[in-house]
Amino acid sequence: MSKVIMSGNEAVARGAWEGGVTVAAAYPGTPSTEILENVALYKDDIYCEWAPNEAVAAEVGLGAAVGGARSMVTFKHVGMNVATDPIFVAGYTGVNGGLVFVDADDPGCHSSQNEQDNRWYAPHAKLAMLEPSDSQECKDFMRDAFALSEKYDTAVLLRMTTRVCHSKSLVELGDRSGADVKPYVYNKEKYSLLPANALKRHPIVEDNLRRLAEDAETLPFNKVEDNGSDTGVITSGISYQYVKEVFGDSVNILKLGLTYPFPEKLISDFASKQKTLYIVEENDPFLETEVKALGFKCVGKDKIPGCGELNSAVVKEALTGVKDPSVYEVAGEVPSRPPMLCAGCPHRGFFDVISRSHKRLVLAGDIGCYGLGTYDYSFCMGAGFSSTVGMAKALELQGDKRKVLGMVGDSTFFHSGVNGLFDIFSTQVNVIACVLDNSITAMTGHQDNPGTTKNLMGEDKPAISIEAVVRAIGFTDENIRVVDPLDIKAMQAALNDGINHTGPFVIITKRPCALIKEVRKANAGKFYKVDTEKCTGCKVCIGVTCPALSFENGAAKIDPAQCTGCGLCAQKCHFGAIIKGGEF
Amino acid sequence: MATTGILLCGVGGQGTVTFSNILTKGLMDLGYDVKMSEIHGMAQRGGAVTTQVRYGEKVYSPSLGFGQADIIISFEKCEAIRNIAYLREGGIVITDTCELNGLPILQGAAEYPHGILDELEKTVPNVMVVEANKVAAELGNVVVANIVLLGAMVKAMHLEAADWMGIIESSVPPKTIDLNKAAFNAGYAM
Repeated sequence: MSKVIMSGNEAVARGAWEGGVTVAAAYPGTPSTEILENVALYKDDIYCEWAPNEAVAAEVGLGAAVGGARSMVTFKHVGMNVATDPIFVAGYTGVNGGLVFVDADDPGCHSSQNEQDNRWYAPHAKLAMLEPSDSQECKDFMRDAFALSEKYDTAVLLRMTTRVCHSKSLVELGDRSGADVKPYVYNKEKYSLLPANALKRHPIVEDNLRRLAEDAETLPFNKVEDNGSDTGVITSGISYQYVKEVFGDSVNILKLGLTYPFPEKLISDFASKQKTLYIVEENDPFLETEVKALGFKCVGKDKIPGCGELNSAVVKEALTGVKDPSVYEVAGEVPSRPPMLCAGCPHRGFFDVISRSHKRLVLAGDIGCYGLGTYDYSFCMGAGFSSTVGMAKALELQGDKRKVLGMVGDSTFFHSGVNGLFDIFSTQVNVIACVLDNSITAMTGHQDNPGTTKNLMGEDKPAISIEAVVRAIGFTDENIRVVDPLDIKAMQAALNDGINHTGPFVIITKRPCALIKEVRKANAGKFYKVDTEKCTGCKVCIGVTCPALSFENGAAKIDPAQCTGCGLCAQKCHFGAIIKGGEF
Repeated sequence: MATTGILLCGVGGQGTVTFSNILTKGLMDLGYDVKMSEIHGMAQRGGAVTTQVRYGEKVYSPSLGFGQADIIISFEKCEAIRNIAYLREGGIVITDTCELNGLPILQGAAEYPHGILDELEKTVPNVMVVEANKVAAELGNVVVANIVLLGAMVKAMHLEAADWMGIIESSVPPKTIDLNKAAFNAGYAM
């Protein structure tokens, strides 16, 4: 069969299909998002959904697996934190249909708040773990993970990293098998973890992992490359590629594909034959800790950096001392180019207004496109609401009069923001809670969520109204405002009402993302232009920092190709110099 | 075990993805092992983006370290300078003259370094400046600037043997096939 080029994420989706998956659930998060988007290509064979959060996704997956369907759940590394409650349960219940959790770590923090190494979750939650190193292995390991899961009655963690997810390499495709759903059989002792049952399950789970550990010695996921050297390297995942790049066939390599439970005999046999033993892995010393526990001396994190992403140049310099030179240096500074809110982004109006009152506010950010705006701090999903309760208390205790304003997006509201809002209302704390509703999960590339009218499979579904949820909590006309954030006057009035109100206050800013297909269509041909006669060059409009706006020859200039006609800059101009140019 | 490294750089939305999709298909057509690495997430939000492509008889690492790129294709001239550390000694730079203002420039905190290409040409012996945006606009649509750059790169890297016309036909929207082919040929002729 001919080969096709696929990203790791596409290959995992293909592997899921070949491996007989019938149920898939996820919450989007870079670098994992494209896995479920590609699973959706097989929607005739696989039911798939964007769940409101990772814990829900994991519970959907566990329910399906116990019910007898081969199922998968995907998330980014910090999303796995959200899902750990059901994942640890899955470690004890085991499965009926095979269950695979696909986790995408982000060494280098390309789009994340930390570099946490989720390999530690495998021993912690008692999961088997597979680590693919290229797209072919992504597909094959994913396909084979389901039979492994069923044979050893254990959930499997397929652990990826950004560079595996988002690099493309050649893949040989196969056929689908194993998709027959097993009958659901009542077994309360196995699937209901009451204390008495859980205690009985524990030794069974340990036995299952022991059985797998014994078989891991010979399972084809792990490979020894004996090149007759006196130097050996133990490695896994993408690090294997860097090792091969640097050393080729000049060292012996133990490449571990099944990295939990550890094949102790295989590791010991390999380690005992090497004069010098290197452990090459990104971030934490996960394999190194095991090798040392088995009693072997090795070179690992004392040389290989534990912070940041590896590449072949880093591995080469760490282990051989040889550095590939950066040959050329060009004189002159190149300005940085950080990501920014798009032209026409509804969040721009919100941030324009709140940043002008910033002195009176402490701003709690969250995870989403609005992370590109103004705020004092940002923790994790949902904390944009829940942290305001603690911050408001702390400010009150020190006599700080500033008001706390928290922000979450529509998808984050459903993910975990709503729980924080329960607390804000219950405690009647004096904060402003803003839902920046742009009708899509935008930052990760436009996924649907409970507030939208389509599902991942492209079918219509009912949308949940955020305002109705907020009113159901107990907020009324007195302390809710729903505004178009690009209407500066209305936005300012809502903020003023919030600042002057005592007790919890909700502002819902409602305007769809400018990149949504229907919005683009509606905005096609709309743009503003600058009347250079009237423009005084005061740069007030430039202050909104829109990519369509620049300053040239003493006047503002608007790129009609980028402008969406949102009109924010026109509202800012004191001289009426920004006027409609296109067809409105 | 020689492999060749290509680094594409530009700004989100400039068409690096289409470029690298066509490029990898061409390299596969030539019988090479190919790996490509790109970092998503911020792609549509005006941030700097890079894609790394490596090809040869057998490729292991999908990514490049400093001093490991044989050629840099830059869709925006500042981005060529930003990524110059990746170029190996004697490597080639092909860059568009396109200028796009990043956040610090839009905020007035920095100015666009208009003369930066002169500095590049002073430092790097093999620089090819391609007015891809201008050429694409003359052909009818600036969106095919990426394919103009592809044509120039195919010539610089002597990759003519692949069926580029066939690959373009199967990779772009049907209505734009002729436009993309013309863009490729214009780039190749430079």
